[in-house]
Amino acid sequence: MSATPILQVQDLCKWFLVKKSRLGRTPQLFVHAVDGVSFELGRGDVLALVGESGCGKSTLALTLMGLEAPTTGSIVFEGRNIARLKRQELKAMRLHMQMIFQDPYESLNPLMNIGDIVAEPLVVHRLARTKAERLERVRRALEGAGLKPADVYVHRRPHELSGGQRQRVVIAGALVLEPTVLLADEPVSMLDVSIRADILNLLGELRESRGISVLFITHDLATAGYFADRVAVMYLGRIVEIGPIHEVVDAPAHPYAQALLSVIPVPNPRQRRQHIILQGDPPNPIDLPQGCRFRPRCPVAFDRCAQVDPPLVTVGDGHAAACLRVA
Amino acid sequence: MSRVDGAPLLLDVRDLSIDFSTHDQGAMHAVENVSFMLREGEVLGVVGESGCGKTTAMLGILRLLPVTGRIVSGEILFGGRDLLALSESEMADVRWKDIAMIFQGAMNALNPVHRVGDQIAEAYVQHASKADRASADERVCRLLDMVGISRNRKNQYPHQYSGGMRQRAMIAMALACTPQVVIADEPTTALDVMVQAQILELLKSLCDSIGVAIIVVTHDLGVVAEVCDSVLVMYGGIAAEYADVDTLFNAAQHPYTRLLLDAFPDLTRPKDRLTSIPGYPPRLNALPPGCRFAPRCPAAFDRCHVEQPGLSQLGRFHSASCFLVEPK
Repeated sequence: MSATPILQVQDLCKWFLVKKSRLGRTPQLFVHAVDGVSFELGRGDVLALVGESGCGKSTLALTLMGLEAPTTGSIVFEGRNIARLKRQELKAMRLHMQMIFQDPYESLNPLMNIGDIVAEPLVVHRLARTKAERLERVRRALEGAGLKPADVYVHRRPHELSGGQRQRVVIAGALVLEPTVLLADEPVSMLDVSIRADILNLLGELRESRGISVLFITHDLATAGYFADRVAVMYLGRIVEIGPIHEVVDAPAHPYAQALLSVIPVPNPRQRRQHIILQGDPPNPIDLPQGCRFRPRCPVAFDRCAQVDPPLVTVGDGHAAACLRVA
Repeated sequence: MSRVDGAPLLLDVRDLSIDFSTHDQGAMHAVENVSFMLREGEVLGVVGESGCGKTTAMLGILRLLPVTGRIVSGEILFGGRDLLALSESEMADVRWKDIAMIFQGAMNALNPVHRVGDQIAEAYVQHASKADRASADERVCRLLDMVGISRNRKNQYPHQYSGGMRQRAMIAMALACTPQVVIADEPTTALDVMVQAQILELLKSLCDSIGVAIIVVTHDLGVVAEVCDSVLVMYGGIAAEYADVDTLFNAAQHPYTRLLLDAFPDLTRPKDRLTSIPGYPPRLNALPPGCRFAPRCPAAFDRCHVEQPGLSQLGRFHSASCFLVEPK
């Protein structure tokens, strides 16, 4: 990781109001979707953000993109706090930060051809004024996303392509603006196992060749293990453990990370492991538990967990966990 | 075979072939000569990429194929009877009472305006004898206990359930008439890993406690390694390899199985790069003339492109269809 991170997130909160106070008599209710998240993303780094559905991963990504306004906290991208930017400035910022969505079957307009889909960001941002220049950049983006030769694909429509090819088109649509950061929200979960590796390797190559930083949002730690440098485990809107991927995988410090790792299927029946299966579902993000938010499901909770909301404490080099047991 | 070796045979599928008729391209062979067995308490995994015929084969067993689908040959022996020889009304008796199915995405197909308990009861009442119908309420309570849902939630509606609970409710519904075989099509696909672990643990415990045999259709080899006793790997409608789970993961013979294993991420042995399988599975209307995997196979030679390999028996419980493993 280089000295100045490209993206710095500090105490970020995104709460959604679900019930207004009535004449001050009833309390306001919020969904605490993102609730005090801090992390840094270095240039050319890949950070995996892992957690169950509803833990706030996607809200975090939308907030980073400026598609949701943060409730509190700061997001410093290339030295500027995007929480304070105006609309036009936000739009300019998004030139450098692009998002790849989960479902390549639904994120491509079936009526448009591939060339137009990939060129659309250029039109929106009023780049590449001439047709020839636009086509040239589209070609470069398609080939960068592994669709070679690009001319074969430019005039096709999404239904003519396979799932893997569609996801490459989605990636090309992000690359055409030559961003420095990619937010990839479950980019392979809709694809067959046999082609997942292709897309992950492509993202890996983009990082190598263009120095793009990637925030890789996934619920699949096993996939993250192949390509992320660091991993952040989220639970109920907060990062409970963050560190170098192999350290977290080999020696998870937080009981939630331990449980999550223990249930990841290992493709070898000789290594069927003891699972730490957490019962029930995560608590309601409107009414968070007192103290540690993982306490109600934690197999090793003790008295003090009900009183203290544990902060992230360092447990190793660049490795931190939010648990009183490790403090 | 391991855990269920010697257990009584429940289901014996022999050379099952299923065609779909099309109006302009003739018959498409969706499933060809697929054979497998299922013993009491066994968990069989059926794996393969999208469109390889997994679900079609399962629908064939229950004779629930869409109107254009037809079983062209084979036998499906269940308790000594060939299901293909039964009349439609006899077959209706087999469904749910003997063989139940949890369809893909069924947990999202629960009727939103009926209570979950009533929907489970409906499955029971439809198939149970008149005398048993009065006890439907009691039966629902016991089923909910079995799948780990609190009894007092039986009067709730599907939207009050989480995804994992809806899948448990579907499992309860499948078990309503104490079937001997449950076919679960992608039972954990849309679920989080933690919920997936809960569901898999439930399925395993059901095999141990009530001796039900389960066929898990999945594309996830991790799920197979966790719960299955035996595995059928399908490719382009044929059985590429069939083995017990230990052999399949440690001594796979078919090139497709090996590539599939390499493409699967494994936290315990991280490599620099995941490998992928170049190309795409064949389309049913454009099947290659020889081995269906030949166009993507790194080990293919001339013969593979002209002739289809048969299934070679490699061990007492291991077979693969590939010329490379054919006994000389």
